[in-house]
Amino acid sequence: MSTERDPLLEVFFFETNQLLDELEGILLTAEQENEMTSSDIDEIFRIMHTIKGSSAMMNFNGISKLAHAIEDLFDIFRKGVKMDFGSTYDVVLSALDFAKEEVAKLERGYEADGDPAELIKQINELASKYKGEGKAPEKKGKGQTSKKAKRDEKKETSGIVEKWNDNYNRFKVKIRFEDGCMMENVRAFSLVFSLNDLCKELYYRPHNISEDNSTAEYIVENGFDMYLVTEKSKEEIYDLIVNSGACVKECQITTPGVFYGDMEDIYKYFVKEEESEDDVLSSINHQIAQVKKEVEELTKQEKSEQKDIKKEENEKKAREARGQNQTFINVNTEKLDKLMDLVGEIVIAESMVSANPDIKDLNLENFQKATDQLRKLIDSLQDSVMSIRMVPIASTFQSMRRIVRDMGKKLNKDVDLVLLGEDTEVDKNIISHISDPLMHLVRNAMDHGIETADERVKAGKNPKGKITLSASNTGAGISISVSDDGRGLDREKILEKAKEKGLLTKPESELSDREVYSFILHPGFSTRETVTEFSGRGVGMDVVSNNIAEVGGSIYIQSEKGKGMTVHINIPLTLAIIDGMELSVGENILTIPILYIKEAFKANKKDIIKDTDNNEMIMLRGNCYPIIRLHEIYKMETEVTDLSEGIMLLVQSEDQSACIFADKLNGERSVVVKPLPNYYAKMLAKKGGGIGGCTILGNGDISLILDVKGLIRRVI
Amino acid sequence: MSDIYNNDIYEDDTQEDRYLTFFLDKDIYGIEIKYINEIIGMQKITKIPEVPHYAKGVINLRGKIVPVIDLRLKFKKEEIEYNDRTCIIIVSVEDLLVGLIVDNVDEVAKIPKENIAAPPDYKVGFHNRYIKGIGKTEDTDTVKLLLDCEKILTDDEFEEISQMRDKA
Repeated sequence: MSTERDPLLEVFFFETNQLLDELEGILLTAEQENEMTSSDIDEIFRIMHTIKGSSAMMNFNGISKLAHAIEDLFDIFRKGVKMDFGSTYDVVLSALDFAKEEVAKLERGYEADGDPAELIKQINELASKYKGEGKAPEKKGKGQTSKKAKRDEKKETSGIVEKWNDNYNRFKVKIRFEDGCMMENVRAFSLVFSLNDLCKELYYRPHNISEDNSTAEYIVENGFDMYLVTEKSKEEIYDLIVNSGACVKECQITTPGVFYGDMEDIYKYFVKEEESEDDVLSSINHQIAQVKKEVEELTKQEKSEQKDIKKEENEKKAREARGQNQTFINVNTEKLDKLMDLVGEIVIAESMVSANPDIKDLNLENFQKATDQLRKLIDSLQDSVMSIRMVPIASTFQSMRRIVRDMGKKLNKDVDLVLLGEDTEVDKNIISHISDPLMHLVRNAMDHGIETADERVKAGKNPKGKITLSASNTGAGISISVSDDGRGLDREKILEKAKEKGLLTKPESELSDREVYSFILHPGFSTRETVTEFSGRGVGMDVVSNNIAEVGGSIYIQSEKGKGMTVHINIPLTLAIIDGMELSVGENILTIPILYIKEAFKANKKDIIKDTDNNEMIMLRGNCYPIIRLHEIYKMETEVTDLSEGIMLLVQSEDQSACIFADKLNGERSVVVKPLPNYYAKMLAKKGGGIGGCTILGNGDISLILDVKGLIRRVI
Repeated sequence: MSDIYNNDIYEDDTQEDRYLTFFLDKDIYGIEIKYINEIIGMQKITKIPEVPHYAKGVINLRGKIVPVIDLRLKFKKEEIEYNDRTCIIIVSVEDLLVGLIVDNVDEVAKIPKENIAAPPDYKVGFHNRYIKGIGKTEDTDTVKLLLDCEKILTDDEFEEISQMRDKA
């Protein structure tokens, strides 16, 4: 695969994925509300139509045929036939999955080799069932097709014929005989002879095999082609051919799509040479005439109905919708990253200029004004660049609905999924890191958390379970939580398992609930005895903690036995530009996001107390806070070790507070957060934590940014 | 036309079999040239707490934050004070940029494959793990230890275990 992909293909992937997601969303919403509005159907129709068109254009016939079948199906609903959610959804959703799979395959540079025939068959069966119910008379008896019909129907289905309505299967068969088995033409003829009785129609090529021995050579070279219309299944035909004793080496049976193009090809291919055979020709002509007549009748009918008007309206709507879309452009994230980096550089460069040591002591009023203006502009530039990268979390949440639905069906659990804060905007980079963890959490909640309806009733709960996904912007980052009202975590069981695995690091009695629950994040930790389809291997939570750690986030689990559990995920804003307070410890310069700082003060000796373990604490207005000596925990050399000499910073993260002790404050500065190089991030991940990233200062030096949350967690 | 053709071959040749050699203590080591991004002089290093002692910290390489490793310490050699001959070799392995602090850069030497011998397979000892082979240059006939860049940057578990054992 070439590294540079065809931009057209890129657009196709993007668009199709987007459309498929959109489609899934519509379907699931409709199912939840148990009603599909006509605008939903129109929308689905529009989506399928676009996918069909674009995939046909890109020559991905599998997808486009499938899309066409679905389009047909929804066409029936559009005409007012009531939809049965259960049966339709299973088929349509699996078709959706098929399409997604195919697109994914293509994206990874493989061939889209999936065969949609089975799905299309299912959809068609479903469609004909509905048609029967809906008594849509204009659709009946249009089994066969012709060029003329195609032209007439072009308006409606853009060159695609109605699917087969009868009970016959159509197969294209390609046969190759074993090398050197001789008399291929005779063997072929005997095959044709044996199949003839089983088929309603049978065409083959080359056609004059019984008379002309030279066709044997042709068969050796090109194989022997047949086109069958039969009641038998694909497997039966295959068996017949392979077991016919005709030395068949290879037999490919394909189901031609309902595309007119295919049919036309088939007719041309098989029939062109048979023109001399009058009977075949006349039968086809007969068919053509028949269909022509039908179509003429049909078009008359249709014209009288206001169908056309409706169609035009639809098209207009679709056009409008498309027009709206054009206000968006899709940009490669790499370009955005570059832009982001550039803006970061500009921020640094700006402070290099305005805080340049050469002009530090000069009183330059106009220069000051100019740089102030510059800073303002750069600030707003920053904000807009940042906002470009932000996308609402809604799409990630939506995909969870599908999981809940599918698992609910399989596990026979009725669960409501409540989504809160869907419009919370998250950095694109984060989105890709949280979708997997969220999926595992939701699956866990479905499988372990939520009990079966019986159990729930026994426990005095609503038989319908509830899973809540919520997201919010806390200012310092994004907070996402997944909670269920299921059975909750079993502290005893987890402890037992943790002991078994030797994970306990301190006496059992000293472990807080929080610490106990966090054991479940360990790889391979599962209290399940058996592995099920969905969980039990202890991999899921490991994925969760790894992925979240990668974006510098943290996980915190709350649970009450019998009442459910909540997993909180906090993700700091990465790639961000933050306001930071610069402090120094010896020669090191550290930055703390100002957001976390409640106050800065000089400590008073008499307020400092020590507990029996020599842990230092400070009393401040009646509250007692632990003291974190930066120079001690990070082993930095400094002369300022007396608490009353340096500076104290009271910091707060969520509900926890602590006092950080440093040598002195250097002032406030807006800094560009750069992630720690991977090399170190890996090393530090195993340590206590507390370093969130780094930034480049105005003079080119690097300052480490403290992760207040991690820092506090080291002491409490 | 033929000139261009020859140039192409020459272009390929510059990467193949060429090693940047440098001094570390008394030994000469080599790194395949394809890994080398650039060589810079000593820079101000910002320390990172809580990392192994050989991981010296980070430097600011034109706006990029690049970790640096002191190869002397990594290979359990005696630490010396940096001087004006000390260099940082910036290598990139699979998008990972890392600076290697070495005593002194020597030259770019051509070491054909047939002049490279596999290192003896010591069961004990520690720094053979990073050595891909032992090579002789064509012209000067000196022996160079060829480093496996990827291993240097990726294995830390072992390191940590050995450190833990040291402490215990």
